[in-house]
Amino acid sequence: MLPQLEELRSKALQELASIDDARELESWRVRYLGKKSKLTTILRSLATLPLEERRTVGARANELKTELENGLRQKEEALREAELAKGAKQETIDITLPGRPLPIGRLHPITQTLNEICEIFASMGFGIVEGPDVEWDYYNFEALNIPQEHPARDTMSTCWLEQQKSDKQAMLLRTHTTAVTARVIESMEPPIRVIEPGKVYRYEASDATHVPMFHQIDGVAVDKGITMADLKGTLYEFARRFFGEERKVRFRCDYFPFVEPGVEMAIECLVCNGRGCRVCGQSGWIEILGAGMTHPQVLERGGIDPEVYQSFAFGIGIERLPMLRYGIDDIRLFYSSDLRFLRQF
Amino acid sequence: MKVPLKWLKEYIDLTLPPAELAEKLTMAGIEAGGIEVIGERWDNVVVGEIVAVKPHPNADRLRLPTVDLGTEQQTVVCGAPNLRVGDKVAFARVGAELIDGHTGQLTRLKPAKIRGVESSGMVCSEKELGISDNHQEILVLPPDAPVGAPLAEYLGDVILDLEVTPNRADCLSIIGIAREVAALTGQSLHPPKVSYEESPPPIAEQVAIEIADPDLCPRYCASLITGVKIAESPQWMQRRLLACGMRPINNIVDITNYVMLELGQPLHAFDYEKIMGRKIIVRRAEEGEIIVSLDGVERTLSHDMLVIADEVRAVAIAGVMGGANSEVTEETTSILLEAASFNPASIHHTSRSLSLPSEASMRFERGIRPELTIPALKRATQLMAELAGGKVAQGVADVYPGRRKPKPIRLSAEKTKALLGVEFSLEQIVSTLTSLGFECQPASADEIQVTPPYWRGDIQQAVDLIEEVARIAGYDKIPTTMLSQPLPRQNPAPIIGLRQKIRNSLIGYGFQEVITYSLTSLEMLRKLRPEAQPLEPTPLRLANPMTADQEYLRPTLRANLLAILEANRRHEEDGIRLFELGKVYLVREGDLPDEPEVLCGLLSGTREEKSWHGDGSLLDFFDAKGVVEGLLAKLGVAASFEPSDDASFHPLKQAAIVIGDRRLGVVGELHPKVAAAFDISEPAYLFEIRVTDLLPFTLEHKMFQPIPRFPPTVRDIALIVDNGVSHQQVVDIIKGFSLVKQVTIFDVYSGKQVPEGKKSLAYRITYQSPTHTLTDEEVNKVQEQILRKLSQQLGATLRG
Ligand SMILES: [Zn+2]
Repeated sequence: MLPQLEELRSKALQELASIDDARELESWRVRYLGKKSKLTTILRSLATLPLEERRTVGARANELKTELENGLRQKEEALREAELAKGAKQETIDITLPGRPLPIGRLHPITQTLNEICEIFASMGFGIVEGPDVEWDYYNFEALNIPQEHPARDTMSTCWLEQQKSDKQAMLLRTHTTAVTARVIESMEPPIRVIEPGKVYRYEASDATHVPMFHQIDGVAVDKGITMADLKGTLYEFARRFFGEERKVRFRCDYFPFVEPGVEMAIECLVCNGRGCRVCGQSGWIEILGAGMTHPQVLERGGIDPEVYQSFAFGIGIERLPMLRYGIDDIRLFYSSDLRFLRQF
Repeated sequence: MKVPLKWLKEYIDLTLPPAELAEKLTMAGIEAGGIEVIGERWDNVVVGEIVAVKPHPNADRLRLPTVDLGTEQQTVVCGAPNLRVGDKVAFARVGAELIDGHTGQLTRLKPAKIRGVESSGMVCSEKELGISDNHQEILVLPPDAPVGAPLAEYLGDVILDLEVTPNRADCLSIIGIAREVAALTGQSLHPPKVSYEESPPPIAEQVAIEIADPDLCPRYCASLITGVKIAESPQWMQRRLLACGMRPINNIVDITNYVMLELGQPLHAFDYEKIMGRKIIVRRAEEGEIIVSLDGVERTLSHDMLVIADEVRAVAIAGVMGGANSEVTEETTSILLEAASFNPASIHHTSRSLSLPSEASMRFERGIRPELTIPALKRATQLMAELAGGKVAQGVADVYPGRRKPKPIRLSAEKTKALLGVEFSLEQIVSTLTSLGFECQPASADEIQVTPPYWRGDIQQAVDLIEEVARIAGYDKIPTTMLSQPLPRQNPAPIIGLRQKIRNSLIGYGFQEVITYSLTSLEMLRKLRPEAQPLEPTPLRLANPMTADQEYLRPTLRANLLAILEANRRHEEDGIRLFELGKVYLVREGDLPDEPEVLCGLLSGTREEKSWHGDGSLLDFFDAKGVVEGLLAKLGVAASFEPSDDASFHPLKQAAIVIGDRRLGVVGELHPKVAAAFDISEPAYLFEIRVTDLLPFTLEHKMFQPIPRFPPTVRDIALIVDNGVSHQQVVDIIKGFSLVKQVTIFDVYSGKQVPEGKKSLAYRITYQSPTHTLTDEEVNKVQEQILRKLSQQLGATLRG
């Protein structure tokens, strides 16, 4: 029996050495280690052998089985490695091909700007309050020291709603978010620190610098001891965060009926850096917002005692800001809903 | 308000260069919109006098004027017809920059030989100097023009274009600006001196004045000038009027305009002979009363308008425009000159109603103080006596029912500091206010009592005075500090956060946000209905729409979104995914409209961008529904979908989005007729969710669910059911068993191997118990029960 085993061994190992794919290896395994293999047959027939022979042949056969099994494992490993090495070479990809496209959604540039400004003011403790687009004459005008026939009404051409019999007074599309300030002063108790983003409307024909609907953020702070220096500080911080540290800011006197003193804040022109160009009307400055110390009559009308509380208020036009930042020269693009425009932000 | 600096210099010593002056005024609240320089390029142009004119030897149309330039005489060739010996003209030396009369180009003057005659220089037309378009004649200067003087010195000027805010009626005048400059620069003011001779009889014997409606006219003053000669006003006056944007008419009208520009008080000159009954009555117009205004237009007035009338008829619309019936004409010899004060709101109302804005009404609307009438009246009367050769009747007529005592205002340094956040001493405050014409009296140790000058009608309270102090000092004197008060509590409306979440989810799903106008047209809204159904309820309409396509407040976002799709399709090949989250406007009886917020999304085209991977498959109903499901899952809201009958959608391919027991939206394919109405030529899918109504469901309190400790068992089943059986019916039954943790459909099939009229639905069912590991037997038992129930209730069989 032993010579038979030796022959089996040398044949099996020889065959094993020349195998180079998994299928051949499997058939080799069946041949030499399978249930019907010679070795298995020998191992099964050990019982029929005389004792002495059974011991020697048995030991040798088991040795051989272990050896073949080890050989099989090593070969399997070697084949797997060869496979991987081969695969890596064959399966190279052209990494310059574009990836699988995902649809990309974007917020409207105005939403992005509103979010950015709300965040800046939130970090200074301003909460958000909103009001209706359709407003009573009272909150848009009367409450803000703009009675009937006031010349300031001419500067804010108004879209009026068709009057219903049941309406207690004239309804309009608010011309500024300052209308929300009037509501806030009436309905909230000091201390107050809020901003009021929203849509506003004007009775105006569209052109490159005018649209009938646009966005504003008004803000108001009411507390004891609020000063104009605080107003300047707050607005300066907004300008610094939004336009950057190095952008110069200017505060000048201006008139709005609902504030006194009135302020206009301008920044150094982003196009010419203050040298004067068409965008800034050669002045080197671009008006960004109107502000001031809330007029005592406005506070009083809203039920806040101006002898106790002081207040500042401001209003920022939104469209202008991305127009300046990105060099957009036509305000109508924001409302054209043209994907070629919107995709750029 | 245009301010020629030469005119301004009559009342104030100007030392600042124009740009610095403009800057100072701008910072103090009167914005300089522009600085126009007249004669900027007149370097080589001087005043000359024509001393001789000879014919040109070779040309009939040309002549040879000799011009005395003070230091020398020059003879040049000239084609103008108005060469007259003794006239003062503008003479350009060689090297002067002129505008070519024919080409309009700026050119430098060179010596030339014209038809054989040397010409070194030129007598200029207004066009060549850039003053006007007149190139027919040469410019003839007034006789007082100094020979040899540079023209820029004599005729040049700098004009500031100032934007005066509505509160500063006083700054709609040269003197008003001069007062500002005086306060800003510390220079002193020289107002015009007024004096003239009067002759009997007194005015009171020649005209009677009655104010019938003193609420609209607090003061009415008049003077009478007889024996005037109507002619052109002097050149200097015409030039100033032109520089300020007003057209010269005749000496009388020009004087009224000149004094209005100088002092801010609008004036009106009547032909005295045309005032019937020698009586002026200031009264409300009769309802429907008719007057032909100076521009020749017949105006129908209403009872809320004020007129100036004589005994018989209205002769002027008060403060707005004179009447043709009392107009000053070439035959006029006697002038009744009016200086009055009217109610600003009434003038505003009248000029708006009649669409007649004028320089006068603009000033009255902003509030002309009654105190200004007399100084302006006297100034104009003086000029009429001087320039139109008139005799002034004794005295002035002055009816003043609206006299009011000025109310002094109290102010302290402490209050000033409290508002501005920076200290100004009481002395500084007094000095600033005094420079602006305010009277300051000490009221107590640390308070002053301030009386504003009559022209500052805008000053009423302490804060107004504080602004004066701050703006004259300059706002840059105010420090910048941060709010130091404790942070107030905030109660942000929950919709703000919800909106943010929705927007962020949708951009994550690849949707582009759009913002469209809140205004739309009925035509657009009607396109949303395949049949011509009436729009119920009618959307809110503007009383004054600017254009027909922006007439109604939108009751839905759909129309705007659909309109965008086709416009973008013209340049977009790939799939389009759009959304808008915004308000719609719904009528509410007797109140402001309801403004709920709505989300509307639109998908159309290929699912994937064209690429080397894509299969070019098209977006469909289930893409739209998937977005809705994903969004609601993210918001933690459980929704179901039910059959729906929204007219804008395909009748068989739409589902109502049901949350709780409320229908809060719809998803589906656009109705083909609606698509056609919007020129959409491909299937489009729309979803709409009423965000405001959704809000309460997103606020429900969530509870943590423990992560299951025992492993799940997963079984797949394939069922054969009738086509009429819905997935939802199957799922509802399976989910009715408590051990079922999850049911997922992973295949829907009909066709080969499935009987006609039936379909195969394949489900993966996950069984799990919170208390123990399930045995096969347990799972088998439940699954058998499920199959039995499916079979009993839906006729479902297992697919072999
Ligand atoms: Zn610029």
